[in-house]
Amino acid sequence: MKFTEEHEWLRNDEDDVIVVGITEHASEQLGDVVFVELPEIGTMVAKGDEIVVIESVKAASDILAPIDGEIVEINEALIDDPAKVNSDPLGDAWFFKIKATDPSQMDEYMDEDAYQSFIG
Amino acid sequence: MSDTLRKTPLYDLHVELGAKMVPFAGYEMPVQFPAGVMKEHLQTRAAAGLFDVSHMGQVIVRSAQGYDEAALALETLVPVDLAGLPEGRQRYGFFTNDQGGILDDLMLANRGDHLFVVVNAACKAADIAHMQNGLPGCTVEEISDRALLALQGPQAEEVLAGILPGVRDMRFMDVAVFESSFGALWVSRSGYTGEDGFEISVETARAEELARALLAHDAVEPIGLGARDSLRLEAGLCLYGHDIDETTTPIEAALGWAIQKVRRRGGTREGGFPGAAVILDQLESGAPRQRVGLRPEGRAPMREGTELFETQGAGTAVGRVTSGAFGPTIGAPMSMGYVPAALASPGTGLHGDVRGKHMPVTVAKLPFTPANFKR
Repeated sequence: MKFTEEHEWLRNDEDDVIVVGITEHASEQLGDVVFVELPEIGTMVAKGDEIVVIESVKAASDILAPIDGEIVEINEALIDDPAKVNSDPLGDAWFFKIKATDPSQMDEYMDEDAYQSFIG
Repeated sequence: MSDTLRKTPLYDLHVELGAKMVPFAGYEMPVQFPAGVMKEHLQTRAAAGLFDVSHMGQVIVRSAQGYDEAALALETLVPVDLAGLPEGRQRYGFFTNDQGGILDDLMLANRGDHLFVVVNAACKAADIAHMQNGLPGCTVEEISDRALLALQGPQAEEVLAGILPGVRDMRFMDVAVFESSFGALWVSRSGYTGEDGFEISVETARAEELARALLAHDAVEPIGLGARDSLRLEAGLCLYGHDIDETTTPIEAALGWAIQKVRRRGGTREGGFPGAAVILDQLESGAPRQRVGLRPEGRAPMREGTELFETQGAGTAVGRVTSGAFGPTIGAPMSMGYVPAALASPGTGLHGDVRGKHMPVTVAKLPFTPANFKR
């Protein structure tokens, strides 16, 4: 698993399809999540695009596309049950899967140890 | 304004309980405890929550001639019937300016030979100066040696009665002073959550002890400012600086109910407060815009600042959201805002600009959750 400075986790499942979620640290910082807006399947995204909106009891925040690629799957269960983002951020509450156009973009991200020291 | 944040007498307790502390109105205040905003909100509606509201201003207004003189003096700043307020009772009111805007909202209680006033933390210094300047025959004394706690929720009476059995006999908006093992407690049966409950003024030195005694009860959990905000919004209550301010009149803000008959046109003490002409005119013929409740479709909250449009894609905004959040009790987003009077009827469909998209929202009756007061 890889981690971004935006507190996303990325897991290369198979054939460069990357599963993306947010870390436990991020979910704690956000507070209770009450609304999630996901991108449409088939959307081509560029690294840095704002593609997910998360509304918590405190504020709205975005998830940025961590890499270039195509959205191939979204976790629709989050739309009806956004609280999953708090209860299981590393498991059930993945947001989307993206087929990487340039898998080497994953290399720049942190491994778990680096992320742990990043959040201190 | 001072750069250093002040601490309430319960600061150490908040930290010990794991609160996340944030700056608010010049104080370091708990925004949430480990349970989180959602659970704290639901806890208060289901059982009881304890809030630290010690940052608010507690003020005694007194005249050498007695209660009536002090009440009549305050009536020159506040459009509320204070001379007719019975001893042991409290009313909601506001300081107005010459344009009919609101300088602050506050609680005013008749405590026999004086008035006890509770004002917002952010406006405290200005309010006290305003009273000192505006009430030349009165003494205006800030009470700086007492903390203020709020115990709110359907089990608040049962919990507080364990310490003060006399609170069972209080009705909504009653005030009383009790001698207790925590010293003299100034109690009002009121709050700002839409629930039954009490605000309790306690000597600074005894505040933590009292808070611990209340928290020791199974029904009580500590509640932060985050849930205080969602609770008051569900209850349709205004937050000063957001839903009401110097540019909103009490009538626009749908607070005309707080102006009793004797202070209205034809009343025996009609007008006589700043902005009376504007406010009394609007009370008779209506205000051009109105504070309303708003229920967005779907789950996305429409937060403060969201612009409102009459039709989808319309170019010019007709109104604006002044408070918006997700309502844990109603399980849906909720907002308040101002719209033109013609669009203020419940059921009116509007659109709010959420991240560049015009999303449907419906004007709704306030409160969003029924009030649970013991009248």
